[in-house]
Amino acid sequence: ATDSVNNNSNRKIEKLLIANRGEIACRIMRTAKRLGIQTVAVYSDADRYSLHVKSADEAVRIGPAPARSSYLSASSIIEAAVRTGAQAIHPGYGFLSENADFAQLCENEGLTFVGPPASAIREMGDKSASKRIMGAAGVPLVPGYHGHEQDIDVMKSEADKIGYPILIKPTHGGGGKGMRIVQSPKEFVDAFLGAQREAAASFGVNTILLEKYITRPRHIEVQVFGDKQGNVVYLYERDCSVQRRHQKIIEEAPAPDIISDFRTRLGQAAVSAAQAVGYHNAGTVEFIVDTLSGEFYFMEMNTRLQVEHPVTEMIVGQDLVEWQIRVANGESLPLDQAHIPLSGHAFEARIYAENVPRGFLPATGVLQYYHPIPASASVRVETGVEEGDTVSMHYDPMIAKLVVWGENRAAALVKLKNSLSKFQVAGLPTNIEFLYKLANHRAFANGELETHFIDQFKDDLFVTQKDSASAEAAYEAAKHSAALVAACICEKERALLKKSPPGGLSVWYTHPPFRLNHQATRTIELEWENEYHDNKSEHLTLSITHLPNGNYLIKIEENSFSNLEASVTHLGDHDFRVEADGISKNVNLASYLTDQTEHFHIWHGSDHHHFKQKVGLDLLDNLETHQTRNRESASHPPGTVVAPMSGLVVKVLVKDGKKVEEGQPMLVMEAMKMEHVIKAPTSGIVSGLQVTLGQQVSDNSVLFSVKAA
Amino acid sequence: INSAFMMPSINRDFSSQSQPHNVLADTIDRSSDSFIQNSSKMESIMDQFHSHIRQVTGGGGEEAVKRHKSRNKLLPRERIDRLLDSSSSFLELSQLAGHELYEESLPSGGIITGIGPVHGKLCMFMANDATVKGGTYYPVTVKKHIRAQEIAAKCRLPCLYLVDSGGAFLPKQADVFPDKEHFGRIFYNEALMSSEGVPQIALVLGSCTAGGAYIPAMADESVMVKGNGTIFLAGPPLVKAATGEEVSSEDLGGADVHCKVSGVSDYLAQDELHALSIGRNIVKNLHTAGNEGMVNGFQGIISDYKEPIYDVNELRLIAPTDLKQSFDIRSVIARIVDGSEFDEFKQLYGTTLVTGFARILGQPVGILGNNGVLFNESALKGTHFIELCSQRNIPLVFLQNITGFMVGSKSEANGIAKAGAKMVMAVSCAKVPKITIVVGGSFGAGNYAMCGRAYSPDFMFFWPNAKIGVMGGPQAAGVMSQIEKSKMKKEGFQWSKEEEEKYKGKFIEAYDRESSAYYSTARLWDDGIIDPADTRKILGLCISATRNRPKQTTKFGVFRM
Repeated sequence: ATDSVNNNSNRKIEKLLIANRGEIACRIMRTAKRLGIQTVAVYSDADRYSLHVKSADEAVRIGPAPARSSYLSASSIIEAAVRTGAQAIHPGYGFLSENADFAQLCENEGLTFVGPPASAIREMGDKSASKRIMGAAGVPLVPGYHGHEQDIDVMKSEADKIGYPILIKPTHGGGGKGMRIVQSPKEFVDAFLGAQREAAASFGVNTILLEKYITRPRHIEVQVFGDKQGNVVYLYERDCSVQRRHQKIIEEAPAPDIISDFRTRLGQAAVSAAQAVGYHNAGTVEFIVDTLSGEFYFMEMNTRLQVEHPVTEMIVGQDLVEWQIRVANGESLPLDQAHIPLSGHAFEARIYAENVPRGFLPATGVLQYYHPIPASASVRVETGVEEGDTVSMHYDPMIAKLVVWGENRAAALVKLKNSLSKFQVAGLPTNIEFLYKLANHRAFANGELETHFIDQFKDDLFVTQKDSASAEAAYEAAKHSAALVAACICEKERALLKKSPPGGLSVWYTHPPFRLNHQATRTIELEWENEYHDNKSEHLTLSITHLPNGNYLIKIEENSFSNLEASVTHLGDHDFRVEADGISKNVNLASYLTDQTEHFHIWHGSDHHHFKQKVGLDLLDNLETHQTRNRESASHPPGTVVAPMSGLVVKVLVKDGKKVEEGQPMLVMEAMKMEHVIKAPTSGIVSGLQVTLGQQVSDNSVLFSVKAA
Repeated sequence: INSAFMMPSINRDFSSQSQPHNVLADTIDRSSDSFIQNSSKMESIMDQFHSHIRQVTGGGGEEAVKRHKSRNKLLPRERIDRLLDSSSSFLELSQLAGHELYEESLPSGGIITGIGPVHGKLCMFMANDATVKGGTYYPVTVKKHIRAQEIAAKCRLPCLYLVDSGGAFLPKQADVFPDKEHFGRIFYNEALMSSEGVPQIALVLGSCTAGGAYIPAMADESVMVKGNGTIFLAGPPLVKAATGEEVSSEDLGGADVHCKVSGVSDYLAQDELHALSIGRNIVKNLHTAGNEGMVNGFQGIISDYKEPIYDVNELRLIAPTDLKQSFDIRSVIARIVDGSEFDEFKQLYGTTLVTGFARILGQPVGILGNNGVLFNESALKGTHFIELCSQRNIPLVFLQNITGFMVGSKSEANGIAKAGAKMVMAVSCAKVPKITIVVGGSFGAGNYAMCGRAYSPDFMFFWPNAKIGVMGGPQAAGVMSQIEKSKMKKEGFQWSKEEEEKYKGKFIEAYDRESSAYYSTARLWDDGIIDPADTRKILGLCISATRNRPKQTTKFGVFRM
C-alpha cells in the first residue's frame, strides 16, 4: 500500500548484492526473496561452497580468504555489483557495514546503499566526534577523554584525571575489538599500545578514546529507524548485558525490569541521537546504564543492522530487513511511533565455535554433525552453515543465532533452555552448554543483568575442581550417557547387520548373537574428558550383554551396581528411542572419525556428552612407529608453551636463550582479529623458540619452552 | 442336477502362496498328567545342566583367571569375542568335554573350539585355556582339537589357532603322544588342510612349548605377542640341562627373535589386542575367491524367513524324559522349522519314521525323525528319503529318539536286517551335510540308521535328557543275568532272587551312568549338549557352516534287495 505513496522516488531495487557472508547474508536473502528481489552473493575462496553462496541467485568471487582482500575489498564488491547488474548493496553487519567511504563509493557509482547516509556513518563512526555531537544534542555522556591528542603521556594524564578503572577503546570499529580495561596506572602503557595495534590491524585507524569504567553497568541499546523523509522511530530496547570478552552472547528484548517511563526516556534519547546526524535506515543507539545510580549514558551508535536485531523483530512483529529495503527505496516508515506494537519477550543466544574453559578462545574445526532445533513460529535459527562446513580462522566463529519468543520473559526463557538443550553440534567445541548453564542460572532468571554477569557468577557457571558433589554427579551422568551410547551403538550395528550381513551370512548375524548356553557379551571402551579433573581422560569400560529378549544389559566395570538394562529402537539415522528403568526417551547419537579416534556425541533430555574411542590399532609392526606415537601423545614437559588456538604470530618479543620473568609477554598472536599475548609460564631461560613473525601456527603446537635458569 | 458338475463348497485354491497348508498342528496336551510330569522332570534336568555349564564357563577358577588377567591376557572366550565380527554368533563345540572324566576337573577340556564369522568369513577357532592346567593337552584336549580340525577340513573353514599352552600333559603322555589320533595328528591336519587351501593361522598369545611350537611353525601365517608369546622346542630349564646355556625365555623364543631373526613368526604384535586385530586382518586378506560364496548348489537362502509359530522354549518342557512314553517328533519339528511349515513325505507309510522337507533360518533341509521303533517300511521310507535328498543336495537333519529296530520272529522273517542295512547304506554314503540331534534315546542299530557318531555326521548334539547305548540298562541286565544264571546252573549253583536283583541293579546303574548325555559329551562322542530351545538356531548355524563344502556326488554301494 505504501508503494504508491512514494512512486515519484528512485527506481525500486530489483536485484540486491549482499556484501557479507554467513548467517546475515542468508538472513537478508530470505527477505529479499520474499519481496521478489533477486540476490547476488559475494564470496572469498574460503567460502566457495558456503550456504550463502548456494542460497543466492548469483554469486561472485571477490578474492582470497583473508577478509582484507575479499569482504573488505570495496572495489571488488562494487565491481561485482556492476557486473551482475545489482542496483543496491546490503552490507550486513561487520566488514564494510560501517565504512563511510564504502557507502560514499556506492552513492558515487549510482548504487543504492542499504543503510544510513555516509555522513551519519562518518560522524557516528568517530567515537570522539559522535560524543561531541551527542553532548550538543543533550544526550547524556559518560565522563571521559575524546580528544584528538593521542600522545601517550597526554592520554595517561587524562586517564589519571578521569580515575581508575578506566576503559581504553579505539575510536573506530566495534565488537569489543581492541578494548582494554585498565585497573591501575601502571598497566596503562601496555594496554594502550596493545589497543592501538589491534585497532590498526582491525580498522586501519589507531586513534583511541578513554572513558570512565562503570563497575556494575547494564548494556541497553535502542533500535531506531529513520526514513529519507526525516521520520525517526524507536523499536524499543534490547538488553545485551551478558557478555564475554566484551562481546554479547545473550541478548533480549525488551530489557527486563524497566518501567515504561524509563523506556520512553531512553527511546526519545535514541531518536534525538539519530536525528542529530540526519539518520535514516536501521541504527542502534547504545547506552550504558549504571545499575547503582540508575543513570544512563550514550555510548555509541551502531550505524547498521545489528547481529541481535531478531529479538526486536520478534517483539514488534516486523521484518527489519524489509524496512531497510523499503527505506532504501525511498518509502516512508511503515509504522509511526504510536503504532509500533510491543508484544511478549524474546531472547537471542549466539552459538559460537569457541573454547569456553580456555577463556572463550575462538575455535576452528569441521561441523561434523549439525542439527539445530527445528524452527517454528516462536523459534528461529539464523544460520549460515551446514553440516560438513568448516569454521575457519578467517572470520567470526559464530555458528548460529538461536532466537526464541514467549508471551513473557519466563515463558521465553523456558523455550530458550529447551531449544539450547536440543541444539546439536559436534566436531568442534561450542559454547552451547555454557549458554544452557547461563540460561539456567537463578540470577539470569531473575533478570539480574549486568555486563559482569559471567564474572560475578563464575563459580556457578564454570567447573571448579573443588566441587566434589558436582564432580560426582557429573561422573554419574557421564557413565549413564556412556551406557546409552553403548546401547545405541549396538542397536545401530544390529540394524546394519540385518540389512547387509557380511559375506551374506545372515544366519550368523541374528539378534541377539548366539552363544552356546551363555549370553554374548561385548566390551566397548570410551574416553570421557572430566572437566572436574583437569580434563583428564576417564577411561570407561562398558560390558554389554545381549539378553535373550533383545535388550542390552550394560555394566560399567568399576561399579557393578550401576547396571542399566535398555531396550533400544533405532528410528533412523541418528535417532533412537531408548527405554531404561521404566522411562522411555529420545536419544540422538552422532559419530564421526578423526585421525585414529571415533567421536560419539549423545543428546538425551538436557544432557549432552562427548566420548572418544580409539579405533584401528596400527598394523605396522615396527617399534619405531609406536614410540613416535607414544611420544606425541605424552604430555609436554613442564615449561612448554603451546599455542592456545590457531593463529598468526604478529609479534615476537624475546629471543632464544634470553632470561625472562614469569608472566612476561613473549609472543603476540592474532586470530579472528583478536590479539592474544602469550606469556612466560615461569621465570627462566627461553629455549626451542622456533616461530617467526608472520608465521601461521596451529592449535596446540609447541611455541617455546622456559627452562629454569 | 448332475452331481458330477457340483462345485466343492470350499474354495480350494492350492496355488495360493499366502496360506500355507503345511503348518504342523499343535498336538501337545498341556493339561495331561504325562505332560506335567515330564515338564517337571525336564526342569530339574535343565537346572542340573545349567549348573554344569556354570562350572565350565568360569575356566580354571577365580585364582587362575586373576593370575591370567594380571599378565595382560584375555580369557579364551574373550579372545574369540574380539576376533569375531561384533554382534555375530559363535557356535561353541563340546563345551562339557572332559566333564568328570579325570580326577581333577578339566573345564571344557582345556580348549575352546567353535565356529564364527570374521569379516564375513566363517572360521574355526581353537583357543587354549591357559587357566586350565596351564593349557596343557590332556587326551580329551587332543581329541577336541582334532575334532575341530576335522570339521574345519570338511567344511573348508579357515583355522585360527589361539595358542597359549604348555604342550602335552606329561603324566598322561602315553594317552596323548603316540597313537594315530594323538598330538602329532594336529600338525598332520594342519599340513593337509594347508595343502587343500584351507588357511591355517596361528596367534601366539602365550607360551607355545615343545610340540606346541609346531602349531605356529606349521601355520600359513602366524602372529606373536611381544612379552607374552614365546615359541621354543625346549624351554630355558631344559636348555640349561642339555647344553648349560643360560638364557631368558624372551631371548630364547620371544616375539623379537621369531619375527626379526628366526622367521618362525610373521607379525609382531605390541599386545594381545593388537595381535587379535592383526588376526582379523589376516582373515580379511584371505583370498578365497572361487571357493567363497559357493552356495554348494543349495536352493537360494531366504533371508526374511518366518519364525516357528509355536514357542521354541516349550522344547524344554516336551523333551522326552521317559523313553517308554510315546512322543510325537512333529512337536519338535514344529518348533525348529521356519513357520512350523513341514512338507511331509510318505506321511501314511512307515509311520514310525517321520520324513519331510522344511527350511531352517531360510535354508532348505530334509528331516528324518523317529516316532517309535523302526519297522521294515520305516527303514525303506528312510532310505528312499535319504536318496532323494542326496540327489537334490539337500542337507539332512536326523532327530534321534530311537530304541532300535523291531525285533521278533515276524520282523526277522520280513528281513528287518535287510531293510535296516539299506538305510545304514544310504546314511553312510550320502554325501550331503548331515546333522544329528539326539532328542531322546539313541539305542542299538537305530543309532546307526539315524546317523550316529560312527556315520560321521558333520555335527552331532545331545539334549540334556538324551541317552545313548547299545541297549537299555534293564534289557542289558536281563540278557546278562540270563547268561550268568545258565552258566551257574551248569556249574550247579542256585542264584538267589536277591543276588540276581543285586547283579542286575549294578548293571543297570553302570548302564545308566554310561548312557547319560554327560558321559557321552565328556568323551567327545558328540559335539556338545545343547539347550533344546536352541536347537533351531544351532541347526541354522550348522547348515550355514557346511555351505562351503564342495559339492560331492553320492554313490551308493550295493543295496541288498
